[in-house]
Amino acid sequence: MYSPTYAAPTTVDEAVGLLANASGSARVLSGGTDLIIQMRSGRLRPQTIVDIKNIAGTIGIREEADGWHVGAATPGAEIGENAGLCAAWPGVTEAVQLIGSTQVQGRASFAGNLCNASPAGDSVPGLVAAGAKAVIAGKNGKRTIPVEQVPVSPGRTSLAADEFIYEFIIPKSSGKTADAYLRFIPRTEMDIAVVGCGVCVTLDNNGVCTAAKVSLGAVAPTVLVVDAAAKALIGNKLDDATLAKLDAAAQAACNPISDKRGTIEFRTKVAGVLARRTAAIAFSRAAAR
Amino acid sequence: MAKTHVTCTINGEETEFLCDPNQTVLDVLRDDLGLTGSKEGCGSGDCGACSITVDGRLTCSCLMLGPEAEGKSIGTIEGVATGDHLHPVQSQFLKHAALQCGFCTPGLIVATKALLEKHPNPTDEEARYWLAGNLCRCTGYDKILAAVHAAAAEMRGESA
Repeated sequence: MYSPTYAAPTTVDEAVGLLANASGSARVLSGGTDLIIQMRSGRLRPQTIVDIKNIAGTIGIREEADGWHVGAATPGAEIGENAGLCAAWPGVTEAVQLIGSTQVQGRASFAGNLCNASPAGDSVPGLVAAGAKAVIAGKNGKRTIPVEQVPVSPGRTSLAADEFIYEFIIPKSSGKTADAYLRFIPRTEMDIAVVGCGVCVTLDNNGVCTAAKVSLGAVAPTVLVVDAAAKALIGNKLDDATLAKLDAAAQAACNPISDKRGTIEFRTKVAGVLARRTAAIAFSRAAAR
Repeated sequence: MAKTHVTCTINGEETEFLCDPNQTVLDVLRDDLGLTGSKEGCGSGDCGACSITVDGRLTCSCLMLGPEAEGKSIGTIEGVATGDHLHPVQSQFLKHAALQCGFCTPGLIVATKALLEKHPNPTDEEARYWLAGNLCRCTGYDKILAAVHAAAAEMRGESA
């Protein structure tokens, strides 16, 4: 019978040691809403499960000089209850709360969503567009990388075997900067994104975009940063010509698969439409700041 | 393989159990502790029949490993009534016939109680979104929504 070892370390060093010295495969447990299902179905059979939730700092949100520190395993429900973070980053916080049901929100986390490395993870394009960074703990201490550098292919991350995500740092939003995230699903709730889009923009006082980051999910093996889409926004107001350029750039970046959720053609078209709609929300939020 | 010793609080009572790390909290509740009110519908977090609260937060007990319960305060359907006295959510589910086969009912009652403790006067939309993770294949949900709103009114002290 399959019977893994479970460990709940209370320090980063202890967790790194457990991961480094694990015989056979090891998996980090945050909320478990992907991992436990994969264990039950037999798709994953880790010999060692390292639950990081008892390590100080892995659950909770605090505002510091360099940004919002969000513990890796902080559940979506707790993120949604943080009025300060929700006001600063509505796109990031709405995105994570789209994952699953109320019950799933009680456990599901940014780190789990990112390290599950599904191209369709809802919280990932939001974090990427906002310029969030992942703080990764390993045997050589901590290193900080942009969120988009974590997934490398479906189900795989760039983390070494002894590494785990400790927390995320989302920059402080200042001035007329705001974000948004939208996904397309064929129902209203409890579904996996056919396409997801995160947009973050900074405007000047005339409503002209001075900085932008556009991210797409579920249209390529990993989350995409679409520089050409950001370039279409920068220097412009959100008029019809700008929206058309944004739409075209988003579509051009797509490299999706056809599956039961949508065909290549459908996903590509929807990516353009979602980019338009998400940018409109981000612009109106930024203008209101 | 050595079992893990876990101490937690279940429905207010300190409880100890031994479990395999691969057992979920739902497995422990049903198979080892005899608390069979929580049901396994899907085993993958989709149906909500196994809903419990952990430190007050609603979750699926099928999505939590037994050892993770260490030190936690767990609430199950068995702790909702006070002795023979039904909780308003339970009595309103009965009154409004918000169930047929009853398999989803424990999960729906636990989820509804958690909803009303956080949002005492939910709109229909808020209630539907909150309960979207609790599937019922019998009722069509209308009677459940009626029971939810009636329980909310009763808990707010208004005559239902």
